[in-house]
Amino acid sequence: MNLSKYFKGAFLVMLASLVLSACATKKVGNQIQGDVYTGTDTVEYLASGVPDRVFFATNESVLTTASRDTLRKQAEWLRKNSKINIVLEGHADERGTREYNLALGERRANAAKDYLMTYGISGSRISVISYGKERPVDSGSNPLAWSKNRRSVTVKAN
Amino acid sequence: MIRFFNLLLVIFFSFFVKANALIEVDITRGNLNPLPIAVSPLSLDSKSNQELQKIFKKKNIGAEISSVVENNLKTSGLFNPLNKDAFLQKPDIAHLKPRFEDWALIKAQALITGKVKFQDEKLRVEFRLWDVLAGKEMMALAFTTVPTNWRRIGHIITDKVYERLTGEKGYFDTRIIYVAENGPKTKRIKKLAIMDQDGFNTKYLTLGNELVLTPRFNPTNQMVTYLSYFRNLPRVYLLDIETGVQEVVGDFPGMTFAPRFSPDGKKIIMSFAIDGNSDIYTMDLENRIVERITNHPSIDTSPSFSPDGKYICFNSDRSGYQQIYVMKNDGSNVKRISFGKGLYGTPVWSPRGDLIAFTKLHKGKFYIGVMRKDGSGERLLTENYYQEAPSWSPNGRVLIFYRETKSDSEGKGFSAKLWSIDLTGYNERLVITESDASDPSWSSLLSN
Repeated sequence: MNLSKYFKGAFLVMLASLVLSACATKKVGNQIQGDVYTGTDTVEYLASGVPDRVFFATNESVLTTASRDTLRKQAEWLRKNSKINIVLEGHADERGTREYNLALGERRANAAKDYLMTYGISGSRISVISYGKERPVDSGSNPLAWSKNRRSVTVKAN
Repeated sequence: MIRFFNLLLVIFFSFFVKANALIEVDITRGNLNPLPIAVSPLSLDSKSNQELQKIFKKKNIGAEISSVVENNLKTSGLFNPLNKDAFLQKPDIAHLKPRFEDWALIKAQALITGKVKFQDEKLRVEFRLWDVLAGKEMMALAFTTVPTNWRRIGHIITDKVYERLTGEKGYFDTRIIYVAENGPKTKRIKKLAIMDQDGFNTKYLTLGNELVLTPRFNPTNQMVTYLSYFRNLPRVYLLDIETGVQEVVGDFPGMTFAPRFSPDGKKIIMSFAIDGNSDIYTMDLENRIVERITNHPSIDTSPSFSPDGKYICFNSDRSGYQQIYVMKNDGSNVKRISFGKGLYGTPVWSPRGDLIAFTKLHKGKFYIGVMRKDGSGERLLTENYYQEAPSWSPNGRVLIFYRETKSDSEGKGFSAKLWSIDLTGYNERLVITESDASDPSWSSLLSN
């Protein structure tokens, strides 16, 4: 969830010190941009070239440029496969209170839903579920793991 | 299903001797100076013992009941139960007439004695509380109940002693409902579980087939409201503990979550999320009327009524971040009350009405704290890597919450446990559970 601006400061300091020193953690820096996961470790594909998930910054439900790109690919794939319905599963990381995270997951999945709808996908084909922090994909307790867990995953419903 | 609330409790005689210079325990100052107290094993005649051994397979139920009392007193942090090896007087004789010099010699200031008898298939327990220094009886009570309730007798004795010595109601004859957890972090299995306040008599109310979260008791402890992912539809449910009957609360076209009962038990207050927005609603359990309480594009959740039912505290990110707000029960007069550094969540109103407990997140650390209902007097009780969701003991003196530990990239090192802490910030304790545990909720006193 929700430490974003508090955390961001600390994170920038951390990044700065990383640049100055280590290489081992440089990989982390390459996989997170401004707190959003940009790697592909956990990503699965709905079809060739169509990633199934988008990632969010701490406490945010704003879609990044990369997320919008992914969702446009999903929209295109959904237009071609008009019989497929989907579920958008919204998730939060473990650094927030359970109840708030349920709401945050719902907000994230709906951000993805709204974007798909503006690209012509009917709302009747999309259902939304939030898992809050209940279903992390990475069980680590570190900023990289948390960034992978702040996500909305598009899953075929039929 | 499980029948929990079938205690036949008869108070036979009850008289309080008012006298000067009797012992008192100040519960507002933490456990700096716990009162030395001797809990003499309850005496048990050999005929009763023979018959009771057939029922329990316990060597001496009198000693077992007194160790329930002893453990309760110790966990309260306010009492220091003395080692039995040092006791000079036999239990039966001490119960008739304690030789106060003997008890004073081992530095006991208070003494509990008692007697157990098995008669007409029932357990008859009497006990006395003595002021050792004044050489006086402070209280004498007797109870009759079915033998299987023997642990509850221990809890009720503790409540009576606590009340007599602190001047406030106890919290020992109570239960905790919580979520029992098992399995890897990515596929956690969660079940509703209920246990006595001291961790005994754990019963599981769901099988773990679906994810369940945030159970909370109604004021009479017979119903529980919680979130279930039954058929992958996260909705607030109502469960009757005695009959096992469950039902969905209301007919909402989206996720409902964060439920709690109103103080009169007639309504459930909860959040309903749709189209990316969570607002607070109530549903009347009698006439099923649903009312919308907040209407704001932010996330409004974790609502909790004041004990008089007139106000609601809740959590909202309408300022940009999670903060605590208070409003009237119709949703008017919304006021932000948390202004410290960091984020605030899970506000829950004290049963005394004066304080609100909360979770705070600041600089990567989680705190359990309390503030007055106007937001003043913020006090942080405990800091940790991750902890949240405080729930009050019925007397408003202790908070129970859950704490998670950090895990490595394989998920190793992760645990979720229940902890309790006094309102004073002292006496932080692990609450023993059979498995990992989270989302605790404290019942009210089962017997008054």
